[in-house]
Amino acid sequence: MSKGARAGLVMVAFAAAIGIILFGVFGYLRSSPPVVSAVPSATQPNTVNVTMQVDGAVGVGPHPTWVGYWIQGANGQYKQTTLLKVPVNTYVHVKLYEYDSGGPLRNPYWGKEIGTAGNVIVVNGQPVSLVNSYAGNGVAHNFDVPGLGVNVALPGVNGNAKNFCNVGPCNPSEAHNLIQFTFYSGKTVHNYRWQCFIPCGLGYLTGNGGPMQSLGYMAGFVQVVK
Amino acid sequence: MALKTSEESGSPAAIARKHGSRIVAIWFILSLIIDLVVWFVWGPHMPPGDMTTTAAGQQFDFKVLTVMSVPVLLMVWVYGAYVIINFRDRGDHADGYYVKGNRKSQGLWYAATAVLVLFLAGFGTYELVVPAGAGVGEGPSPIWKPASTAHMLQVQVIAQQWRFTYRWPQFGGMETTSLVLPVNTEIQFNVTSLDVIHDFWAYQLGVKADANPEDNNVAYTKTQQTGRFVVRCDELCGIWHGAMYNYGNVVSQNAFYQWATNMEAQNASLTKLLPKYSTVYVPNDNVAGGQYFNG
Ligand SMILES: [Cu+2]
Ligand SMILES: [Cu+2]
Repeated sequence: MSKGARAGLVMVAFAAAIGIILFGVFGYLRSSPPVVSAVPSATQPNTVNVTMQVDGAVGVGPHPTWVGYWIQGANGQYKQTTLLKVPVNTYVHVKLYEYDSGGPLRNPYWGKEIGTAGNVIVVNGQPVSLVNSYAGNGVAHNFDVPGLGVNVALPGVNGNAKNFCNVGPCNPSEAHNLIQFTFYSGKTVHNYRWQCFIPCGLGYLTGNGGPMQSLGYMAGFVQVVK
Repeated sequence: MALKTSEESGSPAAIARKHGSRIVAIWFILSLIIDLVVWFVWGPHMPPGDMTTTAAGQQFDFKVLTVMSVPVLLMVWVYGAYVIINFRDRGDHADGYYVKGNRKSQGLWYAATAVLVLFLAGFGTYELVVPAGAGVGEGPSPIWKPASTAHMLQVQVIAQQWRFTYRWPQFGGMETTSLVLPVNTEIQFNVTSLDVIHDFWAYQLGVKADANPEDNNVAYTKTQQTGRFVVRCDELCGIWHGAMYNYGNVVSQNAFYQWATNMEAQNASLTKLLPKYSTVYVPNDNVAGGQYFNG
């Protein structure tokens, strides 16, 4: 091979390598969990329904051991995500299957159910307005949307239950709390962030890394749209 | 550049003096006008406003600094503009007057700038602690305290990834997400964190203090006007750092008392679940719920 051909080959290989690296970097940066739209209620006006589940380990994707949410789409299929789309000026009725064990809040204040209809949630048929995370099974996670003034403390299940769900996606034959609440999506079109207050990022500094700071796990958005 | 223009006569030194005194006159009049505008027209609108004594103190500092720097800036600009207009090459291509060092003007320049810089250093240092720590976090045992601490309102600021909450030891130790303050009241903020380092920055109150875990960072201010202010976290603290803000209000003393007593009653059952009030808020992970976050 001539010197010129060799130099050309090296340059082409170099360009290809840079291209592949950039493709990977941008693919990673732009990757995002899927968006699931809430389903309009068949009976109630201005109301949408959402079914979600929280698993101690989501079981899929790049971090199968991380704690996270699954949200059910219109076709009844669960998607592993924390991006929820709801219409503006709408009551969002949430049915949430909580499969994870609980613990103490760093600040027990966040055991208070705030901003849901009646400032209550319904846990296995019982109304609850305040969860003491220092007792019982503690709080598993929070569904906290500061921009909508919503904080839902989700009571945990017994981690030693025989039918405890170790790997998601979980199903209702396994230990769970069925939690229902309704919140109002407000009058403003906006992406409202959502977060958790239980330091559930196991293995990270004070439990606040990993899933706590990642979309699709404990961090998400309620996308309020027209 | 020709210093000697065709209409001018006299010795180079006399011509230089004439131009010099013109430059100084223009500079002096412009500086005076602009400084008056800065102090009286722009000054009252400078950040962070005058909602509290500490905010007003910071506004005063900005006014002083701007008034001091205007003449310095104008000296450069006026001289530059004067030279461009008057000492242009008008086609005679003559060489300019050879200027050598001038002890008097150099000395004056050194002396004036030295006095200005030293004054501002002293002024700035003094203003960093006046009034009562200037609204800055002074750590757990503050040195610069308000003159009267008798009727001071205590507010604990609890930073946590990624929201602020506030605790009120004088109202049964209740905790709230909103920050409401009475007007004309001396306030002591006790700033702490439950996890990483955050920073409590109440912009319009002129208060800023780092929130460190297991530490009490004290900052003082005195409200003097009602209105809305914003609280921001000013220490990069994770994914939602940029969204870690909320709005607060300075209201009349009556409105505050009503709000606080209502809140206290409303939150009574919640307050019972909170740890006993302490200036250092250490999360309890050794309780029935389990040791979730030590895994
Ligand atoms: Cu969580
Ligand atoms: Cu922060």
